[in-house]
Amino acid sequence: MKILVAVKRVVDYNVKVRVKADNSAVDLANVKMSMNPFCEIAVEEAVRLKEKGVATEIVAVSVGPTAAQEQLRTALALGADRAILVEAGDDLSSLAIAKLLKAVVDKEQPQLVILGKQAIDSDNNQTGQMLAALSGYAQGTFASAVEVSGDKVKVTREIDGGLQTVDLTLPAIVTTDLRLNEPRYASLPNIMKAKKKQLDVLKPDELGVSTASTVKTLKVEAPAARSAGIKVKSVDELVDKLKNEAKVI
Amino acid sequence: MTILVIAEHNNATLNAATLNTVAAAQAIGGDIAVLVAGAGCAAVADAAAKVAGVSKVLLADNAAYGHQLPENIALLIAELGKDYSHILVPASTNGKNYAPRVAALLDVDQISEIIAVDSADTFKRPIYAGNAIATVQSSAAIKVITVRSTGFDAVAAEGGSAAIENVGAAHDAGVSAFVGEELAKSDRPELAGAKIVVSGGRGMQNGDNFEMLYKVADKLGAAVGASRAAVDAGFVPNDMQVGQTGKIVAPQLYVAVGISGAIQHLAGMKDSKVIVAINKDEEAPIFSVADYGLVADLFEAVPELEGKL
Ligand SMILES: Cc1cc2nc3c(=O)[nH]c(=O)nc-3n(C[C@H](O)[C@H](O)[C@H](O)COP(=O)(O)OP(=O)(O)OC[C@H]3O[C@@H](n4cnc5c(N)ncnc54)[C@H](O)[C@@H]3O)c2cc1C
Ligand SMILES: Nc1ncnc2c1ncn2[C@@H]1O[C@H](COP(=O)(O)O)[C@@H](O)[C@H]1O
Repeated sequence: MKILVAVKRVVDYNVKVRVKADNSAVDLANVKMSMNPFCEIAVEEAVRLKEKGVATEIVAVSVGPTAAQEQLRTALALGADRAILVEAGDDLSSLAIAKLLKAVVDKEQPQLVILGKQAIDSDNNQTGQMLAALSGYAQGTFASAVEVSGDKVKVTREIDGGLQTVDLTLPAIVTTDLRLNEPRYASLPNIMKAKKKQLDVLKPDELGVSTASTVKTLKVEAPAARSAGIKVKSVDELVDKLKNEAKVI
Repeated sequence: MTILVIAEHNNATLNAATLNTVAAAQAIGGDIAVLVAGAGCAAVADAAAKVAGVSKVLLADNAAYGHQLPENIALLIAELGKDYSHILVPASTNGKNYAPRVAALLDVDQISEIIAVDSADTFKRPIYAGNAIATVQSSAAIKVITVRSTGFDAVAAEGGSAAIENVGAAHDAGVSAFVGEELAKSDRPELAGAKIVVSGGRGMQNGDNFEMLYKVADKLGAAVGASRAAVDAGFVPNDMQVGQTGKIVAPQLYVAVGISGAIQHLAGMKDSKVIVAINKDEEAPIFSVADYGLVADLFEAVPELEGKL
């Protein structure tokens, strides 16, 4: 079966972003960009399903600026067979992205679409669920285990109370949580090979999708800073401060 | 303004996150209805009817909604939601699961995890692991919003007397089935609502050593949390993870033990009122947010702390 994996180009998770002086956005100039960590887990899961003989082809897709080709090349180096870039601004809403992905799903007809649970820039946690709704597919979000058998996929999900397992009819949507797998690193030969793999570029109009949004960002501010604390010298001093100064115990 | 709040519950009891979500609805202002969708959940509807500020409770009691399968429940909420200006959902793993599905069915953008209401169409939400707070304005006809509990003080669970109305056809999409669940059992308070949280990180070295934290927690009536590293290493289960991609907590007191303070962890706890860090590395970033920092070996400090409480 064919698997579609959605990967997003985001600020690297090690970067502590700063807000621009004019409060219009965060400052992304000269900041390291990477594949969203949850998307790395998504690619890894697809590659493992291919290694197990469950998947036959993996198509990586990203919506974003031309530079997002870098993250698609990474996906190809990790084991995706081909890639699609839907060239668009990097300010689209999750609904617009889900609509674009739906158009790609219609073209490619994958049996399984794997996305990250959350993009670490917007922290939206929406796209997979929206794509599932638009496609009329079942969804297994926040997955920590995925098992395909026949025309079903069994997904174990990380939920507030613990773990939940659901059985979904294929085609279906899965979004990854941290414990699903530990992504591999791309080897140098695979990075070289990835340069020759097919990467198609599409435009939203070609897919017949309007990317207009109803959400406008009015301002972006730094969070309130915490006032500087103190170092206590002993457990006794700590207990005293908590009882008599902070009065929290 | 007519606001539909979706209740979080387990078919038996109303989850407290619902009360914070009703508070967000009150900040928007208008008529507040609460939908209780589940199976055998009449007791939850009774509880919701007593919540202060609620004018109506919609009860959709049907086997199709018993396990909150998003494929089914989103169809119901999208159908009922057409009559409302706002649909507010607690940002639990359950709410995050179905809310975007509802938004997509209604063809509107969703606003995730608001922490403040500026006006009926303008909200604040953290982005980039809480390193920035965005103010966003929505022109959507129906505003689908998830609400971060720590942003809103809960309304009173008692005091209201709303009427309960049975609603909703049985929507069963027929594409998903519940297989089972493994729920953590604990006598300690839930992380989300606890007044005190004691969390352990990789510095704890193994799951057995968390026993030390449980003892401290029991003396304080606290919940126990963990960093991602502690969960990944298998010391404790996933439901204990605090952070950007785990649970968000804002207790009166947060005690971080053997946790370095990565931005992803800070995102989940830095709005706590008082933060204590116990770490043997005086350079650990956790100290930059701690009100009281103790540079010490946790294996000495934690038992001593327990003894002195
Ligand atoms: C996409 C993504 C999402 C993430 N989401 C989360 C999240 O939700 N929550 C989260 O917590 N992390 C999250 N992380 C991981 C995060 O980046 C850090 O790796 C993690 O928080 C580190 O956990 P830690 O502090 O326990 O471990 P470490 O960083 O290894 O720190 C261990 C600390 O223990 C101290 N220590 C060791 N021994 C002792 C001792 N005997 N006495 C006292 N102190 C001791 C050390 O000095 C050190 O500071 C995420 C990462 C990514 C990429
Ligand atoms: N621009 C994008 N291109 C491709 N996939 C995306 C994009 N935005 C979001 N996704 C996918 O949706 C997941 C969740 O993102 P979000 O809903 O924005 O938090 C990501 O981990 C990706 O798998």
